[in-house]
Amino acid sequence: MTKAYFEILRSGINTTYQDVGRNSLYHIGIPFSGAMDKRNLLISNKLVGNKQTSPAIEFALQGPLLRLNNSKANFVITGDVNFNIIRKNSIIEKGNCYQSYVLEDSDQLDIISTNRSVYGYLSIQGGYKIDSFWDSYSVNTKAKIGPNNGEKFSNNQKIFLNDIKQSFQKKKINYLNSKIEFIRVIKGTNYDYFSEKAKKIFVSEEFKVSKLSDRMGMRLEGGKLENIIDTNIRSEGLIKGVIQVPADGNPIVMLSDHGTIGGYPKIAVVISADYDKIVQLPPGSKVKFKLIDRKEAENLYKLYRLETENILNQIQ
Amino acid sequence: MIKNITNLGDAALYCNFGEEVNKEINKKVINLFKNIQKIKINGITNISPSYNKLIISFDLSETNFQILKEKILNIKIEDIQNEQFENIKIPICFDEEFALDIKRLSSSFNISEKEIIKKLLEKNYYCYMTGFIAGMPFLGDIDKKLRFKRLETPRVKVPMGAIGVTEQFCNIYTFESPGGWNIIGNTPKKVFDKSNTNDPALIKPGDTINFFKISKKEYLNWND
Repeated sequence: MTKAYFEILRSGINTTYQDVGRNSLYHIGIPFSGAMDKRNLLISNKLVGNKQTSPAIEFALQGPLLRLNNSKANFVITGDVNFNIIRKNSIIEKGNCYQSYVLEDSDQLDIISTNRSVYGYLSIQGGYKIDSFWDSYSVNTKAKIGPNNGEKFSNNQKIFLNDIKQSFQKKKINYLNSKIEFIRVIKGTNYDYFSEKAKKIFVSEEFKVSKLSDRMGMRLEGGKLENIIDTNIRSEGLIKGVIQVPADGNPIVMLSDHGTIGGYPKIAVVISADYDKIVQLPPGSKVKFKLIDRKEAENLYKLYRLETENILNQIQ
Repeated sequence: MIKNITNLGDAALYCNFGEEVNKEINKKVINLFKNIQKIKINGITNISPSYNKLIISFDLSETNFQILKEKILNIKIEDIQNEQFENIKIPICFDEEFALDIKRLSSSFNISEKEIIKKLLEKNYYCYMTGFIAGMPFLGDIDKKLRFKRLETPRVKVPMGAIGVTEQFCNIYTFESPGGWNIIGNTPKKVFDKSNTNDPALIKPGDTINFFKISKKEYLNWND
C-alpha cells in the first residue's frame, strides 16, 4: 500500500507539531511548549474526531501550502485564518475555519495567513504519523526536542498521515474568537521594584507588540517602566505568562517556549484565562493590562474552562 | 526553612528561602524539590529549584493555590541522601580558539592566563540549578579572583560547550545560545544529550563538578 502524505510546497513562517505540552522538565531547563492557543487546539482535534491530547500542526502568521498524495483526508482549520482549497482541476474553494473538509488525492491546501491574530491549527482525522518524545508531541526548536527532529517544517518535506478505518464525518461549529479589551494580570513577585509612575503607566497606557516576538516571548514597547530597587534579581524559575522588565524598561511576556530561568524583575503575570488571548496579538497591535487579584483570576479560569467545555460539547 | 509561600500568577507557588546565595540555603531548596518529586502531588506540572527559591507550577483545572500551599506546608520532609548526587568530571580545553575572553580578563584584571586556569581547576563546584537552556548548569562558587562582571553587550552567539564565568558562578553552554558570561574555555563533553532519554541532563541541582584540562588534540578526539 502506498502511504498517504502531505508534500510541503511552502512551509510557512513557523510551522510545528504541537499538543497540550510537556510537563515535569523545568528543573533540567526544558519549557512546557505546547499549542500557544490551547482552546483552538482542542476544538480542532474534536472537529475531526481526534483525542484531546493529539498533536495538531500549528502555524504562525503565514501558514503552509500542502499537497495531499495517495489518499483522501478529512481536515479542519481553527483560529482566524484565511485559506483556500485548490482542487486538482484548479478550481479554488475558499475555506471556512471550524468546518471540516475532505481533500481528494492531489488537492492542495493553501493556508494563506492568519487574520488579526498569530496562531492557527490544522488537524487531520486520524492524525499524523509521528512519535512522541518525553510524553509529548510538541516541538521545541530551541532544545531540538520532539517529532521532526525538534525542528520547524521546511519546504519539500513530507508529512505522513496515519491510516484510518472510520469514514469521514463532516462537522462544523459557529465560533468567533473573542476580542478582548484588556489582558488581565496579577501582581508579580517584584511588583514593588517599580516606581509609582511605572505602576500607573503599566495599567493605564497601551503597549505595542514588537516584531521581535515569537513562541519564546513577546516584547512590548510603550511607556518606560522605571525600576527603583534593582534591575536584576537573583536568577530564578519562570513560568509562561510572567512579565519581566529588563533595565531598558520595556516589558517582555514569557511564552510557551521560554527559557526556564530568568534574572529580571517580574512586574506581573498574565492570568491563565487570558493566556490564549495574549498569544494571539500580532506584531504592531496594542495591548492594555488590568490588575486583578488571585481569587478573581481563579473564578475567571473556571468560566474559561466552562466556555471551552460548552464549545467542545456542541461538536457531536 | 521556607520563609514564606506566595503566589506567582494564578497557577504557581513561589517558595522563598531567603535572599542569600549559598550551598546551605540551596540544599534546603533541593531537598524540598526532591521530596515533592517523590510523593507526586496531584495537579503539579513542574517544579523549578533555583539558588534560594522553589517555584511549583500547577494545573489550575486540577488544584489551586490555597490547596497546594497547605499540602506543601504539611509535607513530611525526609533528608535526601548524599548518594543521590553525583560528582562529575568535565574536561576543558583552554586553547586560544575557545578562550574567547581570557586575554581581555587577564589584562584588565591583572591576572595571568595561567593563574585564571589554575584557579578554575583547583576548586570543586556545586550545581545550584540547571536551566535557562536545556541542561545548562549554574555552578559555584569560583575563586574570589575570578569574579568578573557580565559582558556589557552580550554575545548573540556563544558556541556550544563554552565555559563561562561571571560573579561567583561558572556555567556550561549546552547549546549555541545568546549569552553575556565571560568565556574562558570549551568542553567536548555532552552535557545535555537527548538520546539519553532517561537522564538527558548530565549535571543536576545538588551534583558536584571538577574540571580538568585537556589539549586541543584530546578535545578533537574526545569520545564520550
